[in-house]
Amino acid sequence: MTVSIVVVSHSEKIADGAVELAAQMAPNVVILAAGGTGDGRIGTSLEKVMAALDKAAGGDGAVILADLGSAVMTAESALEFVDDPEKFLLADAPLIEGLVAASVAAQGGADVEGVRRAAEAVRGPAHGGDAGRQMVEEGSVTGRGPDFTGDFELINQAGMHARPAAKIAGGLSSLAADVTVNGVDGASMTALMTLAAGKGSVLHVEAWGADAERAVNYVGGLVQAGFGEP
Amino acid sequence: MVLDAAWAVRWLNLCAEAMAEHRVELIELDRAIGDSDHGENMDRGFQAVVAKLGEGAPETPGAAMKLTAMTLMSKVGGAAGPLYGTAFLRAATSLGDSAEIDPGAWASALAAARDGIVARGKAEPGDKTMVDAWTPAVDAARAAADAGSSDALAVLVAAAEAAEAGAVATDPLVARKGRASYLGERSAGHRDPGAVSSALILRAAVGAAA
Repeated sequence: MTVSIVVVSHSEKIADGAVELAAQMAPNVVILAAGGTGDGRIGTSLEKVMAALDKAAGGDGAVILADLGSAVMTAESALEFVDDPEKFLLADAPLIEGLVAASVAAQGGADVEGVRRAAEAVRGPAHGGDAGRQMVEEGSVTGRGPDFTGDFELINQAGMHARPAAKIAGGLSSLAADVTVNGVDGASMTALMTLAAGKGSVLHVEAWGADAERAVNYVGGLVQAGFGEP
Repeated sequence: MVLDAAWAVRWLNLCAEAMAEHRVELIELDRAIGDSDHGENMDRGFQAVVAKLGEGAPETPGAAMKLTAMTLMSKVGGAAGPLYGTAFLRAATSLGDSAEIDPGAWASALAAARDGIVARGKAEPGDKTMVDAWTPAVDAARAAADAGSSDALAVLVAAAEAAEAGAVATDPLVARKGRASYLGERSAGHRDPGAVSSALILRAAVGAAA
């Protein structure tokens, strides 16, 4: 079983297109579109959102992504009517990036909270990034160092692109570890893609938490196997 | 005047008439600072409410308002759907199963509706939204009820007049919520369409009791 995802958009075409895009990355995840009004206009429909939540109700819960203000409000209204609200979470994330990240996390087996975190992580990494690097330069590190680290050279021709990033982020999001790869959030597919790391680049992995060692080994294993690519 | 289920049905039908009558005005207000769909959405939403009411008369004012809430949320499409839907739903919950609404209960129902709009839309007074019509209406209804007015009509009138004044007072404001907020300073000088439709709804409540 995996967590389902519901896409609420003002436009039926946007919702359907977003679902199509995300499904490419997450073939086993149920991703449901709730776009447009009941009569095919621009807008959102409580009935459509409720119907999607209903379809998702039997599973391991669902994470909802919405496009603009009133889609968020319609989603919130729908959540007032569901029987087990703890199984449904609304993610505060950009629709497309958040959806792709959420779908990958769901494909990797993350729970409903993990899927929402993955979606919201596209806004910015939990560790590292510019803020983290700056702290190191100033020699004023107050947080504890990583529990495990590893350095792995990319050997596949295409380097870090969407599919490898999806594999890394998807697997890491189901582990109890905070992981950075070259300073960005390892559980965020979009952050990993911004590294633009080509063949021959070295990924420096740092991991904190109970599954830190597994996380480093997981990334290392994928990189050393060339992500199963030439 | 007794505010019972029959009054509520008259009120909601008058809301539909008002939205049809002011459809173009609301569209034009919304075209200036929004996405120009408010008049059409409200007209469609309340026409659907009328159709639902025609399928069978609700037994209490609260039941009529709950039916309205669900219909607006499903049929309006724009931001007004979840906002008015939540408003009617919270008002219905506040009224419970009462067969008749006394002035104090009406003031409480309006407050619950306004709180629902604020919870859903996260707008505050002065943001140039429907909250700027609802908040003075709630205050005026409460003041009239607390002043010992046993005349329901007087409380309805107080709320409607305050909402209309509140809508006019949105003219100079700069929008801080909704699509209009993207316009920034350029939103000043236009009346907020949601505040206007809110005033129409509260004015219809008077018409149904007169």
